[in-house]
Amino acid sequence: MIVAILTISLMAGLFGLILGYAAIRFKVEGNPIIDQIDALLPQTQCGQCTYPGCRPYAEAIANGEAPINQCPPGGQATIVALADLLDVEVLEPNDEHGEHHDIPLVAIIDEATCIGCTLCIQACPVDAILGSAKHMHTIIADECTGCELCLPPCPVDCIDMVPIKQTIDDWKWPAPVLSKEIVHEH
Amino acid sequence: MSIKLHEFHGGMHTEDHKAESLAPGLQQATLPAQLTLPLKQHIGDSNKPLVTIGDRVLRGQVIADSSSLISAPIHASSSGVVSGISAQPIPHPSGQCDVCIVIDVDGKDESIESQSQSQSKKIEDLSASELIDKIHRAGIVGLGGAVFPAAAKISRGDNLGIKTLIINGAECEPYITCDDTLMQNYASEVVSGIGYLQRILKPENTLIGIEDNKPVAIKLMQAAVIESAVAKTEVITIPTIYPSGGEKQLIKILTGKEVPAGKLAFDIGLFCQNVGTCVAITQTLEQSQPLISRIVTISGDGIQQPGNWEVRLGTPISHLINLAGGYKRNQSESQHLVMGGPMMGFSLPSDHVPVVKATNNILVMLQETIPFTPGYHDECIRCGKCADVCPAQLLPQQMYWEARAKNYERSEEYHLFDCIECGCCAAVCPSQIPLVQYYRAAKSEVRASRQALFRSDRARLRFEFREQRLLLKKQQDEERRRIKREALQKKNPKNPDTKTEVDPVQAALERVKAKKQSQAAEPKNTTNLTPAQLEKIEEADARRRAAREQRE
Repeated sequence: MIVAILTISLMAGLFGLILGYAAIRFKVEGNPIIDQIDALLPQTQCGQCTYPGCRPYAEAIANGEAPINQCPPGGQATIVALADLLDVEVLEPNDEHGEHHDIPLVAIIDEATCIGCTLCIQACPVDAILGSAKHMHTIIADECTGCELCLPPCPVDCIDMVPIKQTIDDWKWPAPVLSKEIVHEH
Repeated sequence: MSIKLHEFHGGMHTEDHKAESLAPGLQQATLPAQLTLPLKQHIGDSNKPLVTIGDRVLRGQVIADSSSLISAPIHASSSGVVSGISAQPIPHPSGQCDVCIVIDVDGKDESIESQSQSQSKKIEDLSASELIDKIHRAGIVGLGGAVFPAAAKISRGDNLGIKTLIINGAECEPYITCDDTLMQNYASEVVSGIGYLQRILKPENTLIGIEDNKPVAIKLMQAAVIESAVAKTEVITIPTIYPSGGEKQLIKILTGKEVPAGKLAFDIGLFCQNVGTCVAITQTLEQSQPLISRIVTISGDGIQQPGNWEVRLGTPISHLINLAGGYKRNQSESQHLVMGGPMMGFSLPSDHVPVVKATNNILVMLQETIPFTPGYHDECIRCGKCADVCPAQLLPQQMYWEARAKNYERSEEYHLFDCIECGCCAAVCPSQIPLVQYYRAAKSEVRASRQALFRSDRARLRFEFREQRLLLKKQQDEERRRIKREALQKKNPKNPDTKTEVDPVQAALERVKAKKQSQAAEPKNTTNLTPAQLEKIEEADARRRAAREQRE
């Protein structure tokens, strides 16, 4: 009886020590699920989800504060990926937050109209606008995420959103198009 | 000296249709009235034009170049005047246009070489890096079809150390005979090109692989090897089986080695180059002639006189069709124009596109001989024939399944990117499924999503950097204000304590209050009054008191 109690207590103490050590040694910094969610979001930083950027939205999803269908730039593909990651139901995209564009958009400044007010530069979440006060501004098209945040502050309405121009280098082979659906013969 | 040959998995025997275009021998194409040279004819970074409209250019003059090493400059392939730099239709599966330099040919065909040749050193004295530089400046790309810049490939191989140099003269695809013709006409140039590659790469041995359906080329190449001084070089006759000319398949046949998935030949000490590239290297080093022409096969059952032509780059394909006697039929609907072979080529929308560095073959097929119906195929019956013929040992039906369901990640798990797009699976498919088309589409989608991921990662970095910058700026501003406040206190040390304790707004309010109080203490209109005035005041006060009492 005594031997059994002693053995069990000893084992409990030993495992306690191992677990305690493991908790310190393998401590996870931050919340990994937030990083995983953030990696699936399109990083447009547009704020259409009502959160100030993709990471805050990822945090909100991780904390269960926001549904997974508030990201218009990501569209259905992002919702499916998030549902897959979080093992929740796939939702329909919530149209209240904006519509999804199949071809990504990029901002373009009408340089003749631009008055050089720098307001759009301050609004751009990824520093993709180049220019200085009273000088013409321009968009670094490669860095623009198409978030449209530069549109409202512009006092002369000189920024347009245009679909990204397709070049030969990013041309995609089309999948075979079947003119009639394959008929099962049974 | 003889080596043991190996076999790769799968492959198939095709009707080769090579005799028709081989019969007439090599012919020289005439100069067209206009040359259209796309700015980019290679895999890698884009070129920028170096000429403007109206410039007169000479044959061999560089007209477009890039500062990147993974690129190949473009040379004027004849003399003439630049008449346009604009988007023109180019031979590309997309059918899209790309920027081209258009030259109106003056027919004089003047060359630029005379000035540069005299100054340069003898070829024998050039170091390996000087040779690579010359190859780069000549705009030479892999002429087997991949059009990867040769200089970039050679210098990469040079850094990694090469054991065996493999020269690809297999030319396994049906109808195409341009490499066969090249070896029959330029055998000694091929061998001296090999000599230069050996000087740079210093391989232990060199193997020239040629399929046994090219007996004349094999004989001539063997003679050229014996005649020249190249060391440890052997012409190997390999059995005819498609796709033995694929780089990985040829390596397997000649060495028994397999290039691991996701790696390249030089990762296992091998270096592959096409025979046409060897000739281009020889012509560059010995005749100072950059890559301005190539041999093109015109074949297929829709053309009058199939054959091989040595053509200047930029020549319209319609010009070549005319040289070959024109189409058998005039209605464009009943024939199909393909660049490349029937297995791996792609359709051209029209013949108004130029010959580029990648153009090895122009195939004119009559509609009725094309074995599949576009827009229709049967269901996969899981017969497994595609897996039997796949030279990359993949599972084509599984990849098709996932690609068709748009589960691109799953098809990647079936090693989609090891598919060499040889077309064997589609050729043997009893349901006539255009399998390669599904794989190409899936590869495009995967590449696009990788690109999107790369972009989003960069956007995240930029966003986080901006957040950090704004935070830092806020902290710095606060720090600056604090320092300024402290400096002001030091300047004004009368009552350092009250300054920090008393709110300035509160102090101002108190000052106003105190002033008001002091004013209220001495109303000026009640001093120095006469007795009569006092009496009147007393009277008015009494009246007010009476009125108040009456109200109450």
